[in-house]
Amino acid sequence: MRGGGRGALPPSAGGSGGSPPRASTALLEALETVHDPELNRPITSLGFVASCTVSESGDARVRLRLPTYFCAPNFAFLMVADAYDAVSAVPGVQHAEVVLEDHFASDAINGGVAARAGFVRSFGGEAVSELHGLRADFLRKAVMAGTDQVCRPLLSAGASPAELARMVLGDVPPSPELDRLRQRRAELGLPAGDGAPVLIDPVTGDPVTGDALPLHLRRARVTRVGIDANASVCTGMLRQRYPDPSAEREDP
Amino acid sequence: MYEVNGEKYFVVDGHMHYWNAAPDNWVPGAEKYAKGWIECFHAYQGLGPPETHWPLEHFERYSEEDLMKDVFEDGHVDVAIFQPTYLKEWYREGFNTTERNALMGEKHPGKFVYNTRFDPRDGDAGIEELRRNVERFGCKGVKLYTAEWNAGSRGYKLTDPAAYRYLEVAQNLGIRNIHVHKGPTIWPLDKDAFDVSDVDHAATDFPELNFIVEHVGLPRIEDFCFMATQEPNVYAGLAVVIGGLMHARPKFFAKVMGELLFWVGEDKMIFGSDYAIWEPKWQVEGFVAWDYPDREEFSDYPGVTTASKKKMLGLNAARLYDIEVPAELRLDKESGTPAAREDAQLVDDKSQPVAGA
Repeated sequence: MRGGGRGALPPSAGGSGGSPPRASTALLEALETVHDPELNRPITSLGFVASCTVSESGDARVRLRLPTYFCAPNFAFLMVADAYDAVSAVPGVQHAEVVLEDHFASDAINGGVAARAGFVRSFGGEAVSELHGLRADFLRKAVMAGTDQVCRPLLSAGASPAELARMVLGDVPPSPELDRLRQRRAELGLPAGDGAPVLIDPVTGDPVTGDALPLHLRRARVTRVGIDANASVCTGMLRQRYPDPSAEREDP
Repeated sequence: MYEVNGEKYFVVDGHMHYWNAAPDNWVPGAEKYAKGWIECFHAYQGLGPPETHWPLEHFERYSEEDLMKDVFEDGHVDVAIFQPTYLKEWYREGFNTTERNALMGEKHPGKFVYNTRFDPRDGDAGIEELRRNVERFGCKGVKLYTAEWNAGSRGYKLTDPAAYRYLEVAQNLGIRNIHVHKGPTIWPLDKDAFDVSDVDHAATDFPELNFIVEHVGLPRIEDFCFMATQEPNVYAGLAVVIGGLMHARPKFFAKVMGELLFWVGEDKMIFGSDYAIWEPKWQVEGFVAWDYPDREEFSDYPGVTTASKKKMLGLNAARLYDIEVPAELRLDKESGTPAAREDAQLVDDKSQPVAGA
């Protein structure tokens, strides 16, 4: 689950104010827990955090930026709202302001998040439902992509699909990819403990077996390729818009 | 025609534009959208090789002479297919309308195919406009934006009754190819505008029409791929795939191509430069020269041959649009039939080997 930073702000020197806001590691750590739902990556590594500062009196200010002026407002709203929640939960933060810059719907999103208005109210009639369903759809894609990340090394090492189908999560060597897969499954309410099968249907949570195995693994791979390719376009576009941001680069 | 190493490629640019996005065409009050839109397109151009980047001013409005040089003289293209984009809420005369395209193209007989568009929410008037455009310009294809906002409506689905009515009329008018934009979008706000399930149903119910999914559903390639295996009349439009990835992200380009070749197949993939976002020259030359990196992670993707590339670069589109291909540029019998529908396989047939299996 997101929310809550690992660190807290250092104690202020009496809260007298007056000194300028400064960059905050605690805020940045909190923002690392916020993901772009579509790209399945932290907004920090995507380069979406333009700045984050906090004043001595606990005023946190975060500025977010996206690859284009027209990035989908539904995903943008989720990121701004999640960032607001994550930053607000950092111990010592008294007041949080999260602002999305340079976006056609900046005003509606920023105002809506600040007022805790929800997506539908923020867009005054242009949206008809909240975004829970959309978020769940993309978590399921993240589970499929994560399945490929976890399974591909096992397949390369010689495991057969049938062997994978008999494995439980506790059988898989520890890795950050495995941790992420467990986390995404848990967020969806799917089994994520050591005894849970490695291969499950991302909607029902049922184990995947038999004839369904090869297709399941193929779908996991194409889902991962799709998300990775999309993320690579987005980070490339961000770099066009904001030259030399701290965005990801393609590994060699 | 592009010739290299003794091989000749007939090139059809399946997706290109002749737009005017200069400030004098911006709708008063909507300037920030008109400006934001063209600047967004311009940033996409930045994903191509640096020597092909244009200044924004030139990108906003290029001339007929620029287009003829970039696409035909330098770009190796034999026939180009205009895909219109109206956006009249932001651009006074539209961004690039059927009429603007055709008035230019008429000066260059045989070089262009004019596609038109429709929006099923436009009622009887829209049907009449479609009829006029088909009669006047001889259109065989349409470009549809299902996510477009229209008078309070937040997008539509191809399966809506009004859309089926339009598809029936279009088919009766002689339209054969339905290009559906499933790619980056703005509205509707809350729906997943990339959802391709409506194409799935429409393709089943209109088996005589071809459905070309432009931008392969990016960023939902997986949904598109899975759907395309089940529908023999669904094709992949490669605009943005080549322009946006081949230079900037070669590893991901190879993986996306591998997935498309596996799920969709070389008979059903159609080149498009998306000019003027990207010039065709570097895309055509780079694509002909392209192959997978020699690494294990690419080893179980289907191979690409010279014949595969000839199909994707032009022969598939030529088949869909009845474009005459000179005899010396056709494939021999052993290389298969471009745009062959019968090669479509059901998903079950795809569930065979997996890496390491």
